[in-house]
Amino acid sequence: MDFLTALINGLSSGGTYAIIALGYTMVYGIAKMLNFAHGDIIMIGGCVMYSVLSAKGNPLLAILAAVVFCVVLGVTIEKLAYKPLRGAASLAVLITAISMSYLLQSVAQIYLKSGTPALSALRLEGSVNIGSFRIDYSTILTLAVTIVVMVALSLFVKYSKTGRAMVAVSEDRDAALLMGINTNFIITITFAIGSALAAIAGYLMLCKAPILTNTLGSMPGIKAFAAAVIGGIGSIPGAMLGGILLGVVESISYSIPVLAPFTEAVEFSILIIILLVRPSGILGKMRREKV
Amino acid sequence: MSERLLEVTDLEVYYGVINALKGISFHVDKGEIVSLIGANGAGKTTTLHTITGLIRPKNGSIIYKGVDIRRTPAHKIVSMGMVHVPEGRRIFQNLTVYENLMMGAYSQKDKNKISENMEYVFKQFPRLEERRRQLAGTLSGGEQQMLAMGRALLADPELIVLDEPSMGLSPLLVSEIFDIVKTFREAGKTVLLVEQNAKKAMSISDRVYVLETGSITTEGKAAELIHDERIKKAYLGE
Ligand SMILES: Nc1ncnc2c1ncn2[C@@H]1O[C@H](COP(=O)(O)OP(=O)(O)O)[C@@H](O)[C@H]1O
Ligand SMILES: [Mg+2]
Repeated sequence: MDFLTALINGLSSGGTYAIIALGYTMVYGIAKMLNFAHGDIIMIGGCVMYSVLSAKGNPLLAILAAVVFCVVLGVTIEKLAYKPLRGAASLAVLITAISMSYLLQSVAQIYLKSGTPALSALRLEGSVNIGSFRIDYSTILTLAVTIVVMVALSLFVKYSKTGRAMVAVSEDRDAALLMGINTNFIITITFAIGSALAAIAGYLMLCKAPILTNTLGSMPGIKAFAAAVIGGIGSIPGAMLGGILLGVVESISYSIPVLAPFTEAVEFSILIIILLVRPSGILGKMRREKV
Repeated sequence: MSERLLEVTDLEVYYGVINALKGISFHVDKGEIVSLIGANGAGKTTTLHTITGLIRPKNGSIIYKGVDIRRTPAHKIVSMGMVHVPEGRRIFQNLTVYENLMMGAYSQKDKNKISENMEYVFKQFPRLEERRRQLAGTLSGGEQQMLAMGRALLADPELIVLDEPSMGLSPLLVSEIFDIVKTFREAGKTVLLVEQNAKKAMSISDRVYVLETGSITTEGKAAELIHDERIKKAYLGE
């Protein structure tokens, strides 16, 4: 595999990481919690797509249903499991989120009867060839979706009233309340956006490799979380940058034969090095402690 | 006949087992400037946080414009016309001056009213207009206080609740801030002011409450209390 191909594939898988990382970083910035179940929302989205396709629904309907279901699920999880813990010790919240992650995986295991169905209808085959150079359609689609998501989210945060309120809540929740911002509603919106993005990321993964397991979201979830931390957790541009960076490092490392078996070690080493040099991540704000 | 805007009765607040407010009662009438003075840790900030909904009281009632707001969420109290300028200003550092002001207008629906209020704020604080595109975190302490007050004015308040607006400012700026508070009344607003700078606070207030470790120990007209020997000794440094 030549370098350029590795780079383009890296940008594409990095785009998927970035889309997932956005969910981690927005929830962290606004609700001040690590939603460890975020990766499993991706997998639940996969289950929804599977059930729609099994009922002879078309792929587009399957994707749409997954997005809607994940939004409802994400918002419900927040209401039932996380909201009652607002103001509780962060360890209690973290353990709740980890439990939620296993709960979702177990429910999916029951639903899938421990099987690993292939969602072949989602598979996007074919590629464009430019000379000797080949790019899969799925890569192009992922890059396009990534760009649309990033631009749309940036515009939303910068120019919409709700987006501005998100920035305010992430900076100072009490001060935001005193502005008349319904901070609970903003947190709900954040979970909704994050979960919708997770469902989209799930489709992008399945269109390349359409095998559904109940741990589909685990590794991408952990990597996207690492990406969010690399970029600076809480920072939206940081999650985008961290995701792309991680994807490119992964793909290039994978294309070099000596490094290929150690790709994941290389990725997480990047995380450790960046945290050593800049503990708050590349674009993270050094937090001033409030007195 | 004066109209009662805020009536607080037997307010009790706890932080866990710490009894921060031990059943305090006070009121604010329309058009007044009322000060709540007291030493550090007396419970002034707790009082303000409770009436604007950031903390829930254990007992007591908070009647604002005839409505019991004891259980009203903080964000709804803002649109009822009671706006709180918190201690330490709490401006949004990563937003520009203009964006901070617009945050203040978050609950306002009427666009004309917003631009009217914006114009008023820029007239009151010309420095904010000069720096409208600057990130708020880069402002000086005095400018940040002005921004915090301007942001509150954009919520079109009837009652402005100010928590130590003079904190950490140079004497010249302190006078400027108190002059501005006086103009709030001229603009038809009512003010509940919390201060450690008792002398300045009393000089612009109609009435004063003195808070000591969670209880109101003295209350009265500012013009009279300013001559009270005990107050002079304890709070005015005379
Ligand atoms: N979040 C909190 N948790 C526990 N105790 C608190 C908290 N906030 C304030 N207190 C205590 O309540 C009392 C009143 O504090 P506060 O209202 O901030 O006083 P003031 O504003 O008059 O300086 C103090 O004894 C303070 O230590
Ligand atoms: Mg205080």
